[in-house]
Amino acid sequence: MDFESYDVLVVGGGLAGIRAAIAAVEANPRVKVGMVSKVYPMRSHTVSAEGGAAAVMRPEDSYQTHAFDTIKGSDYLADQDVVEAFVREAPLEIIQMEHWGCPWSREPDGTISVRPFGGMTTWRTVFAADKSGFHMLHTVFQTSLKYPQITRHDEAFVTKLLVEDSRCVGVVSLDIRTGRFEAITAKAVILATGGLGRVYAFTTNGNICTGDGMALAYRAGVGLKDMEMVQFHPTGLPFTGILITEAVRGEGGYLLNNGGERFLKRYVPNKMELGPRDIISRAMVTEFEAGRGFDGPHGKYMHLDVRHLGEKVIDRKLPFMRELGREFVGIDIVKEPIPVRPVQHYMMGGVDADISGITPILGLYAAGECANVGLNGGNRLGSNSLSECLVFGAAAGRAAAHYASSAKPVSANPVDAMLWDEARRVEADYLEKKGGDERIGVIREEMQKEMDAGAGVFRTREALSRLARNLGGLRERFEKVKIEDSSRTFNTEIIAALELNFMLEVSSAITFSALAREESRGAHARLDFPERDDKKFLKHTLAFHTNALAPRLEYSDVTITNFQPQARTY
Amino acid sequence: MPDKRITIQAARFDPDHDEKPRLQSYEIPFYDESMVVLDALNYIKSHVDGSLSYRWSCRMGICGSCGMMVNGTPKLTCNAFLRDYWPRPVVVQPLNNFPLIRDLVIDMDDFMHKLKSIKPWIIRKQEMALGAGEHRQTNEQIDDFRQFSECINCMLCYAACPVYGLNEEFLGPAAIALARRYNLDSRDQGLKDRLPVIADPEGVWECSFVGECSVVCPKGVDPAKAIQQTKLDTTMRFVLPYGNRD
Repeated sequence: MDFESYDVLVVGGGLAGIRAAIAAVEANPRVKVGMVSKVYPMRSHTVSAEGGAAAVMRPEDSYQTHAFDTIKGSDYLADQDVVEAFVREAPLEIIQMEHWGCPWSREPDGTISVRPFGGMTTWRTVFAADKSGFHMLHTVFQTSLKYPQITRHDEAFVTKLLVEDSRCVGVVSLDIRTGRFEAITAKAVILATGGLGRVYAFTTNGNICTGDGMALAYRAGVGLKDMEMVQFHPTGLPFTGILITEAVRGEGGYLLNNGGERFLKRYVPNKMELGPRDIISRAMVTEFEAGRGFDGPHGKYMHLDVRHLGEKVIDRKLPFMRELGREFVGIDIVKEPIPVRPVQHYMMGGVDADISGITPILGLYAAGECANVGLNGGNRLGSNSLSECLVFGAAAGRAAAHYASSAKPVSANPVDAMLWDEARRVEADYLEKKGGDERIGVIREEMQKEMDAGAGVFRTREALSRLARNLGGLRERFEKVKIEDSSRTFNTEIIAALELNFMLEVSSAITFSALAREESRGAHARLDFPERDDKKFLKHTLAFHTNALAPRLEYSDVTITNFQPQARTY
Repeated sequence: MPDKRITIQAARFDPDHDEKPRLQSYEIPFYDESMVVLDALNYIKSHVDGSLSYRWSCRMGICGSCGMMVNGTPKLTCNAFLRDYWPRPVVVQPLNNFPLIRDLVIDMDDFMHKLKSIKPWIIRKQEMALGAGEHRQTNEQIDDFRQFSECINCMLCYAACPVYGLNEEFLGPAAIALARRYNLDSRDQGLKDRLPVIADPEGVWECSFVGECSVVCPKGVDPAKAIQQTKLDTTMRFVLPYGNRD
């Protein structure tokens, strides 16, 4: 059987994936790179990032403070060597993006501008108005078109990693348009598939954020690291979950309770609206429970008020927020406060990978939100993730190109058999199955509601145990799922089934990792274990796939270099 | 009104079985005033008919996936509110002027080729070293091209363009707007490289200035302006001494 063959294959076409592809080619122009994405790359969820990308850009800033802010923000669960490398690389990546045409907002003298952001002690968030992710994604995507070495497979869904003798040699993908299964082989595979927000009901994440890369690696035997660390952003629009950027507070917006009070003075008095996301989200939920939230048709909310900034600043710095308010809420944020409440936003956890994106499987790399390279620990600081995609996307691309340059070619023989087996599995499980009576959409909605209820801003053993049981029930029901669409052409129901299968697995990893971490650290807040416990839990959780509902859990040390854990107050 | 309902008539087409598209009618609960057409499609797919196919992702008007014809007008379905149509039925069809793949899914490969053909990247005679820092560029210089950089590639302008409907060789509104975005960028020196494509008879000159592209753009981009400016530019190049613009 014929199949496409590459030196480096990138799975995912968002910021980390495209940055990796370009880095691989620039590291070695003879490297042949493939990029497979389930959507056209410019649809990737990077497009929704708003506030900006963090990097030390001003003389009064220092690598030391960016590193410390990130490590403190992580509640000391970040690997400090990784953070220190990250802060040094980030400014170069910002300049690289500028050279590629990113329309960064500027100072009057024409240099790149920065804005304040949560948890950062100084101004270091580079931005393109409030559409930073959109501009960064389109910039790298359009730039990638100039490299003839990069071949894209748009709208192809990867169902399995090809692993032979503990070495990753490619993927099996389902071409969405034709319904054909294809093997795409490569000496090195980079997972850059983004987040998993769609396991929750109330999320800023787009429909495509279904944890595919995490589930692929998990099934192949790679550990998922710190999956209990799920970020809830303080400011999502009720009903839709649309993100209202932290830059609104960075530019001076106030968060107000139903008494018109800047309630954060009770929680983060020295930082107020620029506190870290985990603490502000908890503060909001605490205020709601004390009866100090507004009541709306879609639940409780707070006011995010920018009226005092004035129309000129809003139109220059936050034009997209004004557009979102007008289009989706029917308000003019120049004249009215924005209704907001905490919303699932980002996954700190992910595929266990090192500083170069190297995973425990030879030839398999990971970068961006789907990876956990140790940068974000228990809580990511806003604007570190776009920089993370650049720095670690590039690092993985270079490492993969280097490895592929000397790796043995992939032999066709076992690939044929693996492709056949995988195609048969999917056909039998979904396309040819008769008699199922469960709707994909219904199981998905129930899973999302369960995850909101059990693995949200605050957790308890009781709620997590109930969640684990209910996820088990949903997995059983998933076995009886009904596929109504028998077409081979653009069958989005099959894709939804494969995604739901992935989501049920990563949901279990989140739940059992959270159940076992009997402390509160970063975004993982246990009401029954409210203190951080460095003696027992200054450790990364590693969840390994098993054939049962529960993963096998292991723990690994956190790398400490220059910053000893201390109490985390703001 | 807990049991308010709305009728969605969605285009269905499976190339394996159908000769041409047909409309299928679904009556669904209109349970929240904030519901958009995309929510209605998602309700159908989750609860009524899992075989309905369409693209979507961000549901906040920035990823550009969910463009469809809504009652005959090209729209992002994520911000087309049901309350603006109710109690009339909402007819949802694939974007005009594109080959149809399935149901509400169009084939946009043509645009992907056109996008690449205009060389949408910064072209410089001499690349600056990373160590030299950033190019200086003021916000006012960004304002020169800003609106053209806001294109989300949603294809609504192509669906609205009568010229593209008649001649698929026409480079089209979004591709020309994006070429303009780079040509107007103070960091770029690639105008000459892009001219063969944009000044081609199938480039800007094919446009008959109907202006529908700018009307339907959900992001306030004005492709019609980009086309007229480019026409002027390419004319000036023949009038002015050669080589005075790069």
